[in-house]
Amino acid sequence: MQLDGKVPSGPLAQKWDKHRFELKLVNPANKRKFDIIVVGTGLAGGSAAATLAELGYNVKAFCIQDSPRRAHSIAAQGGINAAKNYPNDGDSIWRLFYDTVKGGDFRAREANVHRLAQVSNNIIDQGVAQGIPFARDYGGLLANRSFGGAQVSRTFYARGQTGQQLLLGAYSALSRQVGLGKVTLFTRREMIDVVVANGKARGIVVRNLVTGQLESHAADAVVLATGGYGNVFFLSTNAMASNVTAAYRAYKRGAFFANPCFTQIHPTCIPVHGTYQSKLTLMSESLRNDGRVWVPKNPGDKRAPHQIPESERHYYLEEKYPSFGNLVPRDVASRNAKEQCDQGKGVGDTGLAVYLDFGDAIKRDGRDVIEKKYGNLFHMYEKITADNPYQAPMMIYPAVHYTMGGLWVDYNLMSTLPGLFVLGEANFSDHGANRLGASALMQGLADGYFVIPYTIGGYLCDTQLDAVSDSDAAFKDTERQVKQRIDKLLSINGKRTVDDIHRQLGLIMWDHCGMARNNEGLDKARGKIQQLRAEFWENVKVPGSVSQFNQSLERAGRVADFLEFAELMVSDARARQESCGGHFNEGFQSEENEALRDDENYCHVSSWEYKGDDTEPEFHKEPLEFENVKLTQRSYK
Amino acid sequence: MSKSINLTLKVWRQDSPFAKGRFESYKAQNISTDMSFLEMIDVVNEQLTLQHKDPISFDHDCREGICGMCGCMVNGQAHGPEKGTTLCQLHMRHFSNGDTIVIEPWRSRAFKLIKDLTVDRGAFDKIIQAGGYISVNAGGAQDANAIPVPQQNAEQAMDAAACIGCGACVASCPNASAMLFTSAKVSQLALLPQGRPEAARRALKMIQCMDKEGFGNCTNERECEARCPKEISIIHIARMNREYIKAAFGSEET
Ligand SMILES: Cc1cc2nc3c(=O)[nH]c(=O)nc-3n(C[C@H](O)[C@H](O)[C@H](O)COP(=O)(O)OP(=O)(O)OC[C@H]3O[C@@H](n4cnc5c(N)ncnc54)[C@H](O)[C@@H]3O)c2cc1C
Ligand code: FES
Repeated sequence: MQLDGKVPSGPLAQKWDKHRFELKLVNPANKRKFDIIVVGTGLAGGSAAATLAELGYNVKAFCIQDSPRRAHSIAAQGGINAAKNYPNDGDSIWRLFYDTVKGGDFRAREANVHRLAQVSNNIIDQGVAQGIPFARDYGGLLANRSFGGAQVSRTFYARGQTGQQLLLGAYSALSRQVGLGKVTLFTRREMIDVVVANGKARGIVVRNLVTGQLESHAADAVVLATGGYGNVFFLSTNAMASNVTAAYRAYKRGAFFANPCFTQIHPTCIPVHGTYQSKLTLMSESLRNDGRVWVPKNPGDKRAPHQIPESERHYYLEEKYPSFGNLVPRDVASRNAKEQCDQGKGVGDTGLAVYLDFGDAIKRDGRDVIEKKYGNLFHMYEKITADNPYQAPMMIYPAVHYTMGGLWVDYNLMSTLPGLFVLGEANFSDHGANRLGASALMQGLADGYFVIPYTIGGYLCDTQLDAVSDSDAAFKDTERQVKQRIDKLLSINGKRTVDDIHRQLGLIMWDHCGMARNNEGLDKARGKIQQLRAEFWENVKVPGSVSQFNQSLERAGRVADFLEFAELMVSDARARQESCGGHFNEGFQSEENEALRDDENYCHVSSWEYKGDDTEPEFHKEPLEFENVKLTQRSYK
Repeated sequence: MSKSINLTLKVWRQDSPFAKGRFESYKAQNISTDMSFLEMIDVVNEQLTLQHKDPISFDHDCREGICGMCGCMVNGQAHGPEKGTTLCQLHMRHFSNGDTIVIEPWRSRAFKLIKDLTVDRGAFDKIIQAGGYISVNAGGAQDANAIPVPQQNAEQAMDAAACIGCGACVASCPNASAMLFTSAKVSQLALLPQGRPEAARRALKMIQCMDKEGFGNCTNERECEARCPKEISIIHIARMNREYIKAAFGSEET
């Protein structure tokens, strides 16, 4: 089956306006007759729930944490892009569109990306109106900084806490609607399944994490905004509760999964320092505005950084990519760091780190200026490592950070399961094979504030929706299946903890499906994952009972899904016999070790349909057509 | 340099809101000083699990000091001994071999205990729902640069907006007051032109809600400021009080 992205016809720049005009409208009095479930209260879900309620729909919003304000989006540091062109440095909607398509290595849908660039400006307007304290210059106007993959300054920021401030903005809008009675909030709830009735998504089953009770909720449409699946690697920069469960359960109920192997490894994270480590910490990409990346020229040079003279330092990004320098896109920066370390030039105890040096910037601008820009990041670095980055260069290494893959959605953000919409990092739509910095916040909020409010109306108008209730058979059956699985997890009573198995899965994925992949490794990984999964179901130990607050049980359910999903990732990576963006198959590289695309055979979205636990998923292709940009070998030289 | 230390933990264990709580002692052995406090508890929990015992429940998520999910009393101090640090960012290098560490949940009438170190901070959400926002719908905003905001105001608003809603202020206050939390939001929005129209009303509604949720009064103990992991200043309480007085005397609403 070839997938239809439902991209509207007409010139690129007019598609979205035309589509908005053509979408049927739900009349204001009728909106209150529709119930909508929004799972997730991060930037995407929080903004969607608030906006849908503002329009008059009845919204139920769900999240795992004890408050919507704690969603993983809160941790985003560096900034959010928009095509405002306030600095007058040549930016435009077209340039933001082009940079994003190119940054994604030409594996995203043109029309979606263009729409994203179009609405980017409204997001900044909205944020300022909500009281987000963005950074400003002395004249009182908004300040911008640069991010990787772009030669203009288009990133808006609130110190190193941009995600926090944007999320608190969405949370305040959501809270206002809760206060007005238009949103009912369900915190400490984990969605464990989607309920399908008559071929449409009509509700969800959640576990109340405090009491352990299973609850069913019915609605006219379900919106998933449950974030990314980076924690399949165990160690990542994602928050501990980030998971694939919601998306994977939807996949098992008929939503196709697109490009699961497209994961982003972020170049600037604090290196791993011990086996007990529970997560990795990002140092914002904005640091690459002023920090210079280098390693010693000579492999095995163990001198302290200040003892290594200028002439014996290798500023490999600046040398290799003179026009973008330290601001090359993430995939390029990460791969180069790995390459240097593979050559024995890595620094630190483990040899798996490179320097990010602020010495020159401090000399040039003074410590005050650097402190104002990055003070909180430097502070965080010092807290974790006990080293002072004002005095010695930071040590950084790539870490898993973001997942471009996700549930397949059409232009309306609807999955292949009718009535199930997917927003934010949970969908696959806008970033192709590599996401540019400061674009995830933009996408999550674009989806939530400015896209779904229109497109969901079109679905509700055009669809015959029979009455359903949470006591229907479809709900009871789903609840029963969920309960069986939970009971099974608690009954195994084996010898290995959930985290122990998760950590092992993470290593398999990092070694074989991480920064660089090859066919042999991928084939090996599949077998290893299958073995580990079998072991999990025979030998995991989940303490406690079902009817209590049980964090081990929560994790066990998530890891069980990661163990299935990991195999899908590996199969997807194996099927894509090219390199593009974050997917680097060593068998396909240029002479200069850059990713070598195969546009003739792989210029498509790979989408996978679940066919049963013991059957291979079925492959579906959405060909990507580029009518407005020319496919080129990405060059940042 | 990283080294290994051995510790004794005395941890508050309570199965449910209604069960009786008690302290239990655990040995935490071979703890690397590079570990974070939460990683240290992870290690203990792995052992408890393998010994068929119930692991210690505690809230956490980002482990980067920004989500506000973690937090408990460590030797009587919210988030432990380091200034300006959340529990997840507290590293074991601040402890010595042989130390005994007492770990308890936030205790406050407004935060009900769920299990062990986990409490329900839903009352904070209620305070925000009562008025911690600017009433603007998506889609209606004017250009972001239409109203310049003095840099200093934006910076002060950001200082207040840095609050992570962890509850350490309440847990540290002898009156279990939520004034620092509430005032941080009131102050942030009152400092910006966009937030002015509703400033007085906002202060009134949020303070009313705070009282209703069972938080105590502020008697200037300043413990909140001292223990706030984001070092939010009590200046914001003064600013909120000004807005509150304006509202109480200047408007019809009470
Ligand atoms: C450290 C870090 C820094 C970053 N910095 C930037 C940056 O500077 N700029 C940028 O553009 N991007 C940045 N990103 C990426 C960006 O933050 C994320 O991609 C984005 O915030 C994801 O938003 P979301 O709304 O899609 O999902 P999330 O914020 O992950 O929210 C997911 C929501 O779903 C809920 N949920 C998940 N599963 C379930 C379930 N099963 N049941 C019920 N609820 C569930 C969660 O409780 C949560 O509310 C950064 C990411 C990290 C990790
Ligand atoms: S876990 Fe997020 S602040 Fe500590």
